[in-house]
Amino acid sequence: MSGPALLSIKGITKAYPGVVANSDVSFDIQPGTVHALLGENGAGKSTLVKMIYGLVRPDSGSMEMNGASYTPAEPRAARASGVAMVFQHFSLFEALNVAENISLGMENPPRQRDLAQQIREVSDAYGLPLDPDRLVGDLSAGERQRVEIVRCLLQDPKLLVMDEPTSVLTPQEVEILFRTLRTLRDEGTSILYISHKLEEIRVLCNEATILRLGKVVGECDPRDTSAAEMAEMMVGKSLATPARGNTQLGPVVLKVSGLSVDPATPFGTPLRHIGIELHAGEVLGIGGVAGNGQDELLATLSGETPTAPGSVMLNRQPIGNMGPNARRALGLLCAPEERLGHAAAPDMSLVENALLTARMRKGLDRSGFIDWKATRAFASEVIETYDVRTPGPDNAARSLSGGNLQKFVIGREIMQDPKVLVVNQPTWGVDASAAAAIRQAILDLAQSGAGVIVISQDLDELLEVADNFTALNEGRLSNVRATKGLTMETIGLMLGGAHDMRDPDAETIHVEA
Amino acid sequence: MLRLEKRPSPSRGWTIATPVLAVVLTMIAGGLMFAALGKNPVEAIRIIFWDPLFNMQFASYARPQILVKAGPLILIAIGLSLGFRAGVWNIGAEGQYIMGALAGAAFGLAFYPSESPLIFPGMIIAGALAGWAWAMIPAILKTRFRTNEILVSLLLVYVAEKLLASAATGLLRNPEGRGFPGSRQLNRIESMNNPELIANTGMHWGVVVAFIAVIMAYVLLNKHLLGYQIKLAGQAPRAARFAGVKPNRLIMLCLGTSGALAGLAGLFEVTGPAGQISIDFNVGYGFTAIIVAFLGRLHPVGILLAGLLMALTYIGGELAQLMLQIPAPAIQAFQGMLLFFLLAVDVLTNYRIRIKTEGVA
Repeated sequence: MSGPALLSIKGITKAYPGVVANSDVSFDIQPGTVHALLGENGAGKSTLVKMIYGLVRPDSGSMEMNGASYTPAEPRAARASGVAMVFQHFSLFEALNVAENISLGMENPPRQRDLAQQIREVSDAYGLPLDPDRLVGDLSAGERQRVEIVRCLLQDPKLLVMDEPTSVLTPQEVEILFRTLRTLRDEGTSILYISHKLEEIRVLCNEATILRLGKVVGECDPRDTSAAEMAEMMVGKSLATPARGNTQLGPVVLKVSGLSVDPATPFGTPLRHIGIELHAGEVLGIGGVAGNGQDELLATLSGETPTAPGSVMLNRQPIGNMGPNARRALGLLCAPEERLGHAAAPDMSLVENALLTARMRKGLDRSGFIDWKATRAFASEVIETYDVRTPGPDNAARSLSGGNLQKFVIGREIMQDPKVLVVNQPTWGVDASAAAAIRQAILDLAQSGAGVIVISQDLDELLEVADNFTALNEGRLSNVRATKGLTMETIGLMLGGAHDMRDPDAETIHVEA
Repeated sequence: MLRLEKRPSPSRGWTIATPVLAVVLTMIAGGLMFAALGKNPVEAIRIIFWDPLFNMQFASYARPQILVKAGPLILIAIGLSLGFRAGVWNIGAEGQYIMGALAGAAFGLAFYPSESPLIFPGMIIAGALAGWAWAMIPAILKTRFRTNEILVSLLLVYVAEKLLASAATGLLRNPEGRGFPGSRQLNRIESMNNPELIANTGMHWGVVVAFIAVIMAYVLLNKHLLGYQIKLAGQAPRAARFAGVKPNRLIMLCLGTSGALAGLAGLFEVTGPAGQISIDFNVGYGFTAIIVAFLGRLHPVGILLAGLLMALTYIGGELAQLMLQIPAPAIQAFQGMLLFFLLAVDVLTNYRIRIKTEGVA
């Protein structure tokens, strides 16, 4: 790459109390390239792009756009300079339609009718099918992302920043997105692409800057660098892949049949005819894009949403109408996705959070009076066994990093010796080494004879730990398939809602994603 | 530049220090206010905080009054604090207090002139039940129809006040009272009297029950699963459901308990210090108890101290009105400052102040 850079970042440093998010970061983004910003959670990617988008100001260092000094004081200034950003978490109003949502984010919105026309034109030109009149609440995550992208494209940006764009997409939707991004690149728009998914960076990007602990640790051309090399730069060491032993499936421990639940909120997802058979020693992976009923499914298994008694059976005992603690007593434990506020109470200590789910199986109370000594001992045991980094069990849950709290939450359930464990997004927002530890713990648990259900949006994770795979789409489960031998294409079709693939070889061809 | 920085964990030291700091700041700001009114601020503060306890001229009257006023405040605030911790906002303790007094008095007067020793215990039970039942109205409406308990419980205060006025002038009016509103003097009837248990201390059964409530609440919150569930439901409702807490049961329990304790406070007041059902029987204990609950950080021991402090400012405030002719609204503003400063400095528990000097690039 030669010529003047579109955006040149020079020695940017940004410190927050107790942590240096970026330390002397420098790199250039050339015009007409897809530039990857690669790094683990907490490496400083988000802070850096927030500075580029004018949300945060650097402590020191400078930025130049086309050779001129670039110091956006706020996102509006950044947009005026031609920088647009698609966030990982969308900021859309579900009760408004697409065109209304887009006009809300514009400085001088045109009339609705003209805007709808513009939206159609842009979405056609870039292959992003989008109907301006539909309610955002009815759109899938992939379609919502398109709304955000179209909103950016209407500003005709020179630099488009995308933060973890594929984490909510099916493989087919990823393909559509990549096609759009390539079109944009060919038209001369630069894209700063933030991700920790190495394979997609290799197929999409032609430059990469790798961050670790706030510092630039390497630059490479991802097209001729192997994923393993990039991973090593990103993590700073080579990672052991979780080891699994031979799986000996036992009898069915958990059986869900004919489970249908209406949504609790207007834009919630209903569950429809869910059927699951989980064997002892099995890890069942449930894939799916966020918002397809994962939370609802976990709530029916944990007992937060009671159902007909016979729709959930644990060791042939109907438990569908039982509450969470009755299920725990029988050996069905769960770890929800949302760590702060659902799996753990943020302002309570780890000791108190240990009590949250472990009271039944660990006998931490005597006729209602809490045995704090035993609770503290259990919390300390979890902290030690699962290498939870914290000064001690009396620290509040919110003081832990996401990964450490997740290790505590998963450890808390596993150390209660469950018969069946259900985890939702076990490694979401967790750094690579902690994620590996958690996956290993899940495999070990299954090895010891428990049945495990892993609900996750991370397909690589499911392929790594699961014996069998099924996909959740709009509250329905696809047929269960053995993970071994599954191709990404088949998985994509399953995620996209092709439910009737009894014979994979015969029927996949006819099904449209 | 001053910056607020969130603490990883709430500071234990500041949790204890903020109420003290709030009292000091109230003294300063209140002193300025008194000075602006042309009164000697030092003297005013001394009269409010010191004289009721240690000035021999006033102490013999004022000291017992502190327990008399603190008793119902503490009893009601303890009940409220359980709900506030769970995120259940009973604002209508005043109404439950009135209903407890009304029902208790009605029970006792129904048996007049019997001298059975069972009458006073019966009145206590009637008072607690009436307060409980009055609080069950917002509880049932909330759990069945998702109404807002703040509004329902508050509006029921005004209903209770009307019932009080009606009873004082009709049903419970003293037949020998020459047509004046107000019931018989309950504290002059042996079987219904809630006497001063130790002479010149102000200690009556209501104060005893308040102290017992403090101890029970302490044990409940620190040692018992129910207290844990109350705290959990208030801090993280979703985690509470995950932990198997049934929200509706907790709402019923919290509103019921606070209602019963407020009812008890009303009963002990009407049979003791107030002495009779009258139109102006209630003096706002149920509302002031909300301040006491927060001033005490919703902690039983804190509420005990806050109740005593609040009672002191009441007695001292009356003294200051009398001695320095400080207008009553100024005294109320002074008490309001206490809550204001408490909430303001509360930020120090969860945040620390950083002084940042270097400029921004």
